[in-house]
Amino acid sequence: MSQEILRIQKISGHAGTVPGEDTQREYKVSKLIDTTTCIGCKACEVACMEWNDLPFGETVFNNTYQTMPETRWNYWNLILFNEHEREDGTLMWLMRKNQCMHCAEPGCLAACPADGAIVQYTNGIVDFQQANCIGCGYCITGCPFDIPKMNPKTNRVFKCTLCTDRVSEGLEPACIKSCPTGCLHFGSKDDMKFLAEGRAKQLRDHSNFPNAGVYDPPGVGGTGVIYVLHDATRPELYGGLPKDPRIPWTVKLWKGPLKWLGNVAMVGGLIGLFVHYLRFGPKDRKDEDIHPGGEKS
Amino acid sequence: MSPSEQIIPHGHVLRYTLKERLTHWVAAGAYIYLLMTGLAFWSPWLFWVAVILGGAPLSRMLHPWAGLIFFAAVWNMYVMWAPQMKHTDVDKKWWKAVRYYSTNQDDKMPPAGRYNAGQKFLFWGFFWSAVALLASGVVLWFPERIPWNLRSLRYISVIVHPAAALFTIGLFLIHIYMGVFAERGAFGSVIRGDVSIAFAKRYHPGWYKEIVGDSSTPRK
Repeated sequence: MSQEILRIQKISGHAGTVPGEDTQREYKVSKLIDTTTCIGCKACEVACMEWNDLPFGETVFNNTYQTMPETRWNYWNLILFNEHEREDGTLMWLMRKNQCMHCAEPGCLAACPADGAIVQYTNGIVDFQQANCIGCGYCITGCPFDIPKMNPKTNRVFKCTLCTDRVSEGLEPACIKSCPTGCLHFGSKDDMKFLAEGRAKQLRDHSNFPNAGVYDPPGVGGTGVIYVLHDATRPELYGGLPKDPRIPWTVKLWKGPLKWLGNVAMVGGLIGLFVHYLRFGPKDRKDEDIHPGGEKS
Repeated sequence: MSPSEQIIPHGHVLRYTLKERLTHWVAAGAYIYLLMTGLAFWSPWLFWVAVILGGAPLSRMLHPWAGLIFFAAVWNMYVMWAPQMKHTDVDKKWWKAVRYYSTNQDDKMPPAGRYNAGQKFLFWGFFWSAVALLASGVVLWFPERIPWNLRSLRYISVIVHPAAALFTIGLFLIHIYMGVFAERGAFGSVIRGDVSIAFAKRYHPGWYKEIVGDSSTPRK
């Protein structure tokens, strides 16, 4: 079973076919985060560090709950605390568990030049293979969510693995296990979408959140982590969640048309020069004076 | 160096000083390393090039440093040659007649100085590309240090860097073709420094006049 779940469907920087391409045996997995029932307890952060055995980093204190401003190479799961003022002047917490979104079309993987440094399994999990990473940091540029982080000592990039090791053994990711309110769910993408849409409808119909909805951005082909938001029309309120995340267009241009054009131009240029030489030869063919030293001409 | 000192025995004339030749080869060595490692990152089909150069992580580590060396050499060229690379009226005529140049009918070309218009284009092409490659390369060197709200810098750099590199590859191919294959005597000139007087007379008549014109008997 684990072998099938870990079959690879996309490989970064890879020449040739991919073993799991076009296979459809596995269902996509997904994590559902219901921001409306998150209480910001940070149990998921602790569970992530415990399971993945990450060393603890220094925290900061500036009179907020945000004791760490952003995810780090050794801190993959972070709750972002946002104080939001409602129209009636009352305060509302918008808390969002931030981590890798496991995009169906990952910008990190598209930008990565190193063979096998980033893979996407057929279950949809996007995973970094540090042994193949060359430390170029292109994934940082490719990611629309600011997730890949570099270890400055080893020049290797790290991020949430969606607990690939646990999932491949039929277990839930560590963060899911730890959530005391049940705002985290894990299962097939279809099931999670169903659950999320149901919860969003409940919020709209019964809890006075007319804009409640599900965040599963189509610009990156949908994500393996989906959110239920009180206000899905303004995801930016949740610690800068992009409204319409996409792979940066310059990355697409570079990996698409420019690559194609560049390769044609380079190969064409080489062939062109060779043919030019066959047709015209060197410039001084008929001029004996050029090499009075007796070099052959 | 006064013009007459450039004339050396056996019908030869000094074209490149030692400093010029050294600068050229520092730039050339750095460029070839940059080209090979850069192409390895450009396409998965060429990733093996980085492997034979000691592994892609090493290539990633040294590529920016080689870039700094390349830029320093190009900057030195700018200091040495920029005054000689100014576009002139002869250059305009040269471009109009470039089809004769490319078909080896050099006798139909307007008289070029020390550098013809094509060489000047090569120089300025490499110079401005090097500036663009340096600026974008610094961003790509430390992508993790660029704050999120300045991420557009990274987005610009990932397209400017390969585009400028491709442009230099075009220049580079033509440069190698001209220097090694098409114009015999050119390759030797950047190694030993001298060319034959006939070479100077034929390809750079303006320059030839400049150095020989005032001396009474140009030795052939």
